[in-house]
Amino acid sequence: MSWPIGPRPPLRRFHQARWDEPIIFELSQPGARGVLPPPVEPGIRERVGDPAAALPAGVRRTSPPALPELSQVHVLRHYDRLSQENLGADLNIDVGQGTCTMKYSPKVNDQLVRSPKVAELHPAQDDSTVQGVLEIIWRLEQLLREISGMDRFTLQPGAGSAAIYANVLMIRAWHAARGEADRRDEVITTIFSHPSNAACARTAGYRVITLQPDRNGDPDLDALKAAVSERTAALLITNPEDTGIFNPRIEEFVRVVHEAGGLASYDQANANGILGITRARDAGFDLCHFNLHKTFSTPHGSGGPAAGASGVTSELARFLPRPTVEFDGTRYYLDHDRPDSIGKIRPWVGVTPNLVRAYAWIMSLGAEGLREVAEVAALNNNYLMHKVLEIRGASAPFAPGRRRIEQVRYSWAGLAEETGIHTEQIGARAADFGVHYWESHHPFIVPEPFTLEPTESYSKADLDEYAAILAEVAREAREEPDVVRTAPHASTIHQVEHDVLDDPARWAVTWRAYRRKVRGEAVEGPRDAVEGPR
Amino acid sequence: MDQARPFVHPYIPNSEPEVKAEMLAAIGAASIDELYADIPESIRLRRPLALPEPFLSEAALVRHVEGILARNRTVRENLSFLGGGCAQHHVPAVCDEVNSRAEFLTAYAGEPYEDHGRFQALFEYESMMGELLEMDVVNVPVYDGFQAAATALRMSARITGRRRVLVSAHVPPDKRSKIVDYLAPDIAVELVPHEPATGQLDLAALERALDDSIAGLLVESPSYLGLIETRGSEIVRLVHAVGALAVVGVDPISLGVLDPPARYGADIACGDIQSLGIHVQYGGGHAGFIACHDDPRVVMELPSRLFGLAPTRVEGEYGFGDVAWERTSFARREEGKEWVGTAAALWGITAGVYLALMGPHGMRELGEGIMARSRYALERLAELPGVRIPFREQHHFKEFVVDFSATGRRVAELNRALLERGIFGGIDLSRDFPELGQAALWCVTEIHTQADLDRLVAELAEVLR
Repeated sequence: MSWPIGPRPPLRRFHQARWDEPIIFELSQPGARGVLPPPVEPGIRERVGDPAAALPAGVRRTSPPALPELSQVHVLRHYDRLSQENLGADLNIDVGQGTCTMKYSPKVNDQLVRSPKVAELHPAQDDSTVQGVLEIIWRLEQLLREISGMDRFTLQPGAGSAAIYANVLMIRAWHAARGEADRRDEVITTIFSHPSNAACARTAGYRVITLQPDRNGDPDLDALKAAVSERTAALLITNPEDTGIFNPRIEEFVRVVHEAGGLASYDQANANGILGITRARDAGFDLCHFNLHKTFSTPHGSGGPAAGASGVTSELARFLPRPTVEFDGTRYYLDHDRPDSIGKIRPWVGVTPNLVRAYAWIMSLGAEGLREVAEVAALNNNYLMHKVLEIRGASAPFAPGRRRIEQVRYSWAGLAEETGIHTEQIGARAADFGVHYWESHHPFIVPEPFTLEPTESYSKADLDEYAAILAEVAREAREEPDVVRTAPHASTIHQVEHDVLDDPARWAVTWRAYRRKVRGEAVEGPRDAVEGPR
Repeated sequence: MDQARPFVHPYIPNSEPEVKAEMLAAIGAASIDELYADIPESIRLRRPLALPEPFLSEAALVRHVEGILARNRTVRENLSFLGGGCAQHHVPAVCDEVNSRAEFLTAYAGEPYEDHGRFQALFEYESMMGELLEMDVVNVPVYDGFQAAATALRMSARITGRRRVLVSAHVPPDKRSKIVDYLAPDIAVELVPHEPATGQLDLAALERALDDSIAGLLVESPSYLGLIETRGSEIVRLVHAVGALAVVGVDPISLGVLDPPARYGADIACGDIQSLGIHVQYGGGHAGFIACHDDPRVVMELPSRLFGLAPTRVEGEYGFGDVAWERTSFARREEGKEWVGTAAALWGITAGVYLALMGPHGMRELGEGIMARSRYALERLAELPGVRIPFREQHHFKEFVVDFSATGRRVAELNRALLERGIFGGIDLSRDFPELGQAALWCVTEIHTQADLDRLVAELAEVLR
């Protein structure tokens, strides 16, 4: 025993929860019940009998679904344990998921949307009964208009990629209205814009041209000039790009595309570093979108529900998804009567709870607060870059000496060359220190990449800790590389053997597939092959 | 705001001026503005955003937002029969408890190590849906059932290399709008009618529409109008005869009593999981599933993430990871299948909790109860003078059509009168399905008691008087 308690080591001695939790089917106890549906009352039974029993053969289910059977407390315990084996943003210095703007999602906003006044509203209710929620959606649109400079917004898209897709459809509709839809079949994007720009455009039938960076790390303006033509439908571009570098020639990019007759759409999924600093409209964009779960703080939900907001100029407003939310000075209402609309992007009006959260977040900050968010995000980022670049083997390719805005795409190329340790191994080892670390979007234009985005939510001490973890892992890579190579050690599980995930004969997306394919057990069900002469 | 004190916001730790000064010194910058040197002056906003005064204190914010929300009238405070793809079911407390856990709620894109929990929870969701559907492959949720149907049809076109799909005419116009837009410009969508008398898919018309240029058919059972398709096997046989795929939309909460589409031969099942433990939330509770058999030709066309089981270095330890990652737009940008991104994972976890709570017996009892209650409501409403139930002899699940034409009253007018009595009447179908007349779609679930349904009939009788 040592008293007083001795000094603490410089890095925390983290160990994640390891419950060694079985798959839920293995916890099944035949006959156990987790929740009981309300019984059918005798008066109903008397009148109609059991209509399910009257279903004809081939329609009525004869063998019950092979779901697990658990008492309520066991369901709860299982999921509580799984939750402990999940490192949510609340628990970690979540700066490792660059491009995703991991910031604090205020608890008060979660509380507001758990109220029945949000949770228990049906989307087909008469407008007169949902004046409160319509008012919030309408007000949120006004706020986003001012933040972006755009004229109208739809808040219907379910997430950022859905908003990109909505913008692509509005671009298509705009060209169609001018009789040019068939001719304008190309969309231009940049390699450091989110992959969904390219993917959504392709899904909508466009040929995709991807611009590479020039020597400065900016998208190549000459390449753009060479790419535009009478076939150009639009430019889909983010700025600052995933490198964190702001494209100083962005107005010229927009102008070149406009002169070719195309539209310019601004991917502002992550606008965190430029709130109140510069706006989509000011650079000449025709469309933009925000991810409300990124810049505007709604929680990420382990991968959604999210919310996307697409903004357009008045020239494009007639194409917005229907319905829009309108206010006539007295009452709020849904306007379904929009003949030029691209129609529905999703059911109803949007991911309402996240719209309420985003509204509350903006109203808790105001103009001065939003600008403070941006400035501190940029300060945090440049501070963290300073700390990371002190680590031998780490670098920030492109634009030496230039500041970054809200994130940086770094490279471990130097470290990898020296030690043979790769970026994904560093990520696995970082988990041992209780933080998340992400490589980067593919393709890896930057070798051995990682992207850090320290939003306004982290303190200087947090950033120092994260940088110290990376420095320690880099030291280990040099001095005890096996520790890194065999990581994680203090995580819920150990290194996963990935081969089976790419082998159709062995992959298992469900427990039944695992039992059937790997264990050779019989499972309930008709067959596993697809008929038809394909 | 008090100008004497610096602006230190509780959500922004480094808004404290001394910390800022220290950090600026560390990076060798004279001011924060220097960090924005790359942004040309021509596009700098040199004025404050014109936003309303904020509510900096949490107390003031809550008063403000709750003050606005107070104007809402909820389905709890009223008696609601609204459905149409978003239904009020009982949400077990444990569902809300689990999806409120900060570890799940605030996580995002963690790796299988530090976010093992969400991988396992979503694998279990896929697995329980797999049992419900009797299919081996279920995706991590997409945005909603609209997206699931649209993607399933696009998959059928990629798999068959064909450019035309068929869609049941009972798929409602909003969903059709999404499907048609999503399949444009390269894939054409044609509607298959239903028999006017029975509401069942018109098999003769289907047979006429089918040829070897058709990639797939989307039919739903239960349909938007609540009808259970009783000739699933015949439909699938016709579709397969031309080498097309059978895509069947299904409300998963019906599958305690209804045979899963795989049993009558469906190649892809799809739908929305809002019914499985997720509040209606003014339409904010949707998430879509796409399921198929474990045939790589189909699996490789799924755009979504698929979390699969994998061994780790330690014997007896379950690990997880992404199955066939190279399919996705994350891996291959526009060369991937459609696109993948943040969608609705938390609702997938929630639906898994729901299915684990319900178990096989709960799902059966729930389904039986919904069928009995909706049949009771249907039969009681049919007693009212002038009220007709168009497909009365058919099997229904949860929803049914009520035709008020013979009462001489319009649905909108009746619903207004019911609203005054605290009842949200069924969705007016007169615009979307004009062929049904002054008809409405009524939704009855396990939350309705006999007293609720009797009250509805009594109040509607008075309104109609």
